[in-house]
Amino acid sequence: MKAAFAPSLRYYRRKLTGGLMLTLSALSAVVALIPLLLIFFYTISQGFDYLNLDFFIKMPKPVGEMGGGMANAIVGTLVLVATGSVIGLPIGILTGIYLAEFGHNKFASTVRFMTEVLSGVPSIVAGVVAYGFVVIPMRHFSALAGGVALAVLMIPTVTRTTEEMIRLVPQSYREAGLALGIPQWKTTIQIVLRTAFRGIVTGILLAVARIAGETAPLLFTALGNRFWSTALDQPMASLTAFIYDYAKSPFEDWNKQAWTAALVLIILISILSLLLRVATRSRYTQR
Amino acid sequence: MLVETPEGEISPAVGASRGVTSRASALKASPKRNLGDVVFKYTTLVFAVVVLFLILLMAYEMYADSKPSILKFGWGFLTGTTWDPVQENYGALPFVFGTIVSSFLALLIALPLSLGIAVFLSEMAPSWLERPLSFLIELLAGIPSIVYGLWGIFVLVPWVRTSIEPLLSGHLGFLPIFRGAPYGFGMLAAGLILFVMILPIVASISRDVLKAVPQSQREASLAIGATKWESIRLILKDAKSGILGACLLGLGRAIGETMAVTMVIGNTPAISASLFDPGYTMASVIANEFTEATTSMHISALFEIALLLFLITIIVNMFARLLVWSATRRKL
Repeated sequence: MKAAFAPSLRYYRRKLTGGLMLTLSALSAVVALIPLLLIFFYTISQGFDYLNLDFFIKMPKPVGEMGGGMANAIVGTLVLVATGSVIGLPIGILTGIYLAEFGHNKFASTVRFMTEVLSGVPSIVAGVVAYGFVVIPMRHFSALAGGVALAVLMIPTVTRTTEEMIRLVPQSYREAGLALGIPQWKTTIQIVLRTAFRGIVTGILLAVARIAGETAPLLFTALGNRFWSTALDQPMASLTAFIYDYAKSPFEDWNKQAWTAALVLIILISILSLLLRVATRSRYTQR
Repeated sequence: MLVETPEGEISPAVGASRGVTSRASALKASPKRNLGDVVFKYTTLVFAVVVLFLILLMAYEMYADSKPSILKFGWGFLTGTTWDPVQENYGALPFVFGTIVSSFLALLIALPLSLGIAVFLSEMAPSWLERPLSFLIELLAGIPSIVYGLWGIFVLVPWVRTSIEPLLSGHLGFLPIFRGAPYGFGMLAAGLILFVMILPIVASISRDVLKAVPQSQREASLAIGATKWESIRLILKDAKSGILGACLLGLGRAIGETMAVTMVIGNTPAISASLFDPGYTMASVIANEFTEATTSMHISALFEIALLLFLITIIVNMFARLLVWSATRRKL
């Protein structure tokens, strides 16, 4: 049996090249994880020093004074994300419903393609647009403008996941509703949306996690604020704007606080993605 | 009944929904179903129209605000090399140059690595390893840009200054791109940080594209005696257009990336052959100068850069989406 197949030199060369290339590709998967580990390592080790209660409940100290916290920035980030969600979610969800339930025409395909394109628009461009729409007419920077910029960024994600999740609802559910004489709009709201609810929440969390970490669209819309403010028509602080300012500053104390803010931001986003995984997991086991 | 695949993709039921919806609309003619349905349909339609017009409105708004600059500088805006807010003379070439060089540098490093990852994930890794590994790589995509920038300033830039740049100029210093004083802050650092940022998107889409190549392709080449690697090479050839799409998506991301690049590129509007020298990108100049711009012409010029950035990313993304779509839908 063995004698029938005499491996040539060429065969070994082919085997060797193959082995080499496969090793290289396995190696590249390992290399990709190095930056991830490095970023987590530095954020945790550098940010840990200031991660205490003060950071969450105190206000930023004036230049030159040590310590202080970022209470206003944490609240600011939450308010900005909430504002963006209030504007962006209804648009995204209703568009998603339209595309899933009535979207079998040319117009819907165009909308679908446009949302894909919109998802590739740089976040700084969303900031510029919000500046033109809100800041110029109002004549000053405001949290509202920041919310508008963030809303633009979350619409594509929410629209796409809402459409996909509604499409996963079996047709028989719709037929059952219609067969009972329930009007189509009630069937959609009470049966289809309720079934797809978890999936839609997943999309919302995904979008929220993304906009919570945005900086560029806030630079010239919400601007940032060293003082306590929850007014939507005033400039508002955010964690990301503080990281940017403090990272560029020459004070070591501020640099440290930038790392802590980054750590808090990552923890915030991780909590969101954890919720996301829990939400998706139960969706799979449910049926 | 189960229409979802583990990846959450849409399976044949989508095709079936077409028939059911048309049956549903046939029902609509019956007298009982009227106002509620109409109101519901048109309410959702209005929002879909809003989304469609949003993108047009964005373009129009930026065009309207950049009109003074467009009228004053014309095409010279694209070829001008001076950016002088004091003299009111604006040329965007250094920014366009910086954006192109840093993005392509990032793609150049990211492409081979992404292909390796994609091959590993789709062709080699057992499923118990593939899932957590994919998750970790996608985690890299979830880190906010500002955190990359922070890491870039305090970790990457010093490392580039003390290790990478001396190494490159020592061994490859005969090339003009590796000459000059090692600043750390500059085009090379920007390219490196962008490489890390676009790696997850290029890798995960390439993986999807490879997975969409029919299993029979692999079986066929293995059956006629190809080694595993030879069979993978054929698959890569097959997936070429999809991989190009993945690269374009990564490129689009790199072009529009703002914070991390602004923090490491050095922010100097100069066109220099050396990757060690500081540069500037379109997104960075908007981020840095928008709040400080005092004259209306300065604001207008920045709006024009934003419009350019918008148009470039839209074109790149359109091509990318079309390529990726045609590559991954073939399997259905």
